[in-house]
Amino acid sequence: MTAADAPLLDLRDIEVRFPARHGTVARAVDGVSLSVRAGEVLALVGESGCGKTTLARTILGLERPRAGEVRFRGERVRYDARALRRYRREVQMVFQDPTGALNARQTVYEAVAEGLRIQKVEGDEEQLVAAALARSGLRPPERFFGLYPYEISGGQRQRVVIAGAMVLEPELLVADEPVSSLDASVRGEILQLMLGLVRETGVAILVVTHDLGLAWNIADRVAVMYLGRIVEQGTTEELLSSPRHPYTRALLSVVPEANHRDPQILAGEAPDPTRIPSGCRFHPRCPVVASGEAERMGIEARCRGEDLALESVPGAAAGSAHVAACHAVHAPGRVEAAEARARAEAAALPDAQARAAEAEARATEAEAEARAAEARATEA
Amino acid sequence: MSVAPDTEAAGRAGEAAPDAPLLSVRDLHVSYRTGSGPIPAVRGVSFDLAAGETLGLAGESGCGKSTLAGAIMRLLPKGTKVTGEVLLGGEDVLEMKPGRLRAVRWTDMAIVFQGALHTLNPVQRVGRQIGEALELHPGEGGGRRRVPDRVGELLELVGLPARRAEDYPHQLSGGQRQRVLIALALACDPRLLVADEPTTALDVMVQAQVLRLLRDLQATFGLAVLFITHDLSTLAAVCRRLAVMYAGRIVEDGPSGDVFASPAHPYTRALAAAFPVIGDPAFRMNPSGLAGDPPDPRDLPSGCPFHPRCPDVRPVCSRAAVELWPAGRGRQAACVRVLDGEPPLVAAGAAGAGTLGAVGPDGAAGPDGAAVPDGAAGPDGAAGPDAAVDSDDAGPPAP
Repeated sequence: MTAADAPLLDLRDIEVRFPARHGTVARAVDGVSLSVRAGEVLALVGESGCGKTTLARTILGLERPRAGEVRFRGERVRYDARALRRYRREVQMVFQDPTGALNARQTVYEAVAEGLRIQKVEGDEEQLVAAALARSGLRPPERFFGLYPYEISGGQRQRVVIAGAMVLEPELLVADEPVSSLDASVRGEILQLMLGLVRETGVAILVVTHDLGLAWNIADRVAVMYLGRIVEQGTTEELLSSPRHPYTRALLSVVPEANHRDPQILAGEAPDPTRIPSGCRFHPRCPVVASGEAERMGIEARCRGEDLALESVPGAAAGSAHVAACHAVHAPGRVEAAEARARAEAAALPDAQARAAEAEARATEAEAEARAAEARATEA
Repeated sequence: MSVAPDTEAAGRAGEAAPDAPLLSVRDLHVSYRTGSGPIPAVRGVSFDLAAGETLGLAGESGCGKSTLAGAIMRLLPKGTKVTGEVLLGGEDVLEMKPGRLRAVRWTDMAIVFQGALHTLNPVQRVGRQIGEALELHPGEGGGRRRVPDRVGELLELVGLPARRAEDYPHQLSGGQRQRVLIALALACDPRLLVADEPTTALDVMVQAQVLRLLRDLQATFGLAVLFITHDLSTLAAVCRRLAVMYAGRIVEDGPSGDVFASPAHPYTRALAAAFPVIGDPAFRMNPSGLAGDPPDPRDLPSGCPFHPRCPDVRPVCSRAAVELWPAGRGRQAACVRVLDGEPPLVAAGAAGAGTLGAVGPDGAAGPDGAAVPDGAAGPDGAAGPDAAVDSDDAGPPAP
């Protein structure tokens, strides 16, 4: 593979560990391979503690992996100060809480110009700052130059943070929960802005979130992370319309919606990265195991004892990159059978309803006829 | 309106008037006092909440929804001006003496806030914190059993093992702390639970756990819940009825499924569209937001306060005296679009920022304070009620 057609960002078998209490080790990122192509939006989804923020920090060079490598445009990222500074001109970060990300005693202008100064970017600073603010939807930009963070709204603050990142014209933006601290009405505005930036500047975005709705709103692809690993990955349509991993299914089922069908609430919270379970790391919470389905399929022992990697999901379209790490998904013939059963049940449902409606209609008709007959009889 | 029994011996407020709604908020106005003049945060809100019912209250930051919760619980800063009525089992919370208020809080109504880390005492075991609430209110849940037993029971009720009582808040995760807060709120068997963004800082899975818990508690104990959040989809999933606030007023209410599926107010529509339906092509690569920011309560736009941000604005909106009008079965909306004819206009003389069209039927009772929230200090200061910490006038004639 040459540098030209390499993905923009390529992570290979990344492992990041932290020392934890009582001499234990937290395996925060435990073997992740992931790539981001130029100009695409990839959503990295998972619960708190699944390692997604650590992975984002690793991409930015804020954490060094103990194993594996981060490649940017085909080249391995180096961690000396000069190389890192150059790298960060290309890869910028947007944090969750814009109020915390901005210095309260810095004006909007200073906040956006800071990156230019650190990177010693040449050109007319004022013009660059104005252009970045305008592109982030703060118009006219001059009106915002002298304002302090407390003088603008939460949505405007996040726009300033984004302008501060985009002023360097990066190739990749890593956004960690960019809208989770914002109001519902502002949320869509910021997501629209991010999508617009991708279209106008060709920047790629890796967005870290627990919000699957956000992925549906802006992401080309989704990667689902659980306890330090990617457990399912595919295009947004594939992954959210036909999720295969039981964890993805559960996550999707608890998105609040008005007419909810059967939320699959997993007990407990994301488990402890200092004690990653044997076998499939999801098995202690897995509904397929808990319901006895895994046992019926004859895979329970493997779920409990055999670790596994991502593999193409059976039945995916040709050329699809939909992958999952689940024994049940890959058990030959089993899942298809289970799904066929589910489909049959689903198909039977409207059928039964239609039959019931028909029967009811017939009953009504009969009743009407009887009444008419009665009326005739009375007349007679 | 039922007459409030005015004695401390009346027992639990919830038992005073069995037929009345458990909570009835009538024409509530709240105005914060600041160095730069009053800030009218709530400008005439009325609603009822029956025992066992869940009402969702939605709106952006600054719409007044948390102020409303604070006013119901009487938790607002000293000097805040509150008028109208908050009838809990027929008894006006705003008129309660401190002793009565202390008795009613926790035992009749309790609140769960967002951000459990800041609400719990970091240097006290969580069991002790719950036990304290029980000891302060003996006879209401606490007196019946030994306190530690009841603490364990409460923790188990919210899905935590009883041994967690020995933990300090930092030893618990965010979701577990939020459960402790709910256990604390439920300690004295309240009739009303006010939940102010109880799941906002939580992960999806934990949020689902907490929401299911609230739903179960409501079903099991007939708890009335006032659920406040900016996330309309959460409310639609949890609440039977929904009210949407904007600029200090309710602008739409009705059955939650109907309101969410076919909003009558453009503001509700924007909030509903903010959280996409996953799988719906209409939302794919198409995030939907609402331009602009909520208005400054001290300088509200004329006419309908939403008109500068409204995607469906009409020329008349800047002059219309909007109020809640019927908008279908069990529904109301404060938007000219639900009217058949032309809307009433703001009186010419009264035009200007912050003016409310209709003062409402109670207007005569308190023209000084209630009607024109930001109308200079003059009428406000002259009328006298400013000396009162909480509401002392503006209610209906006292019994």
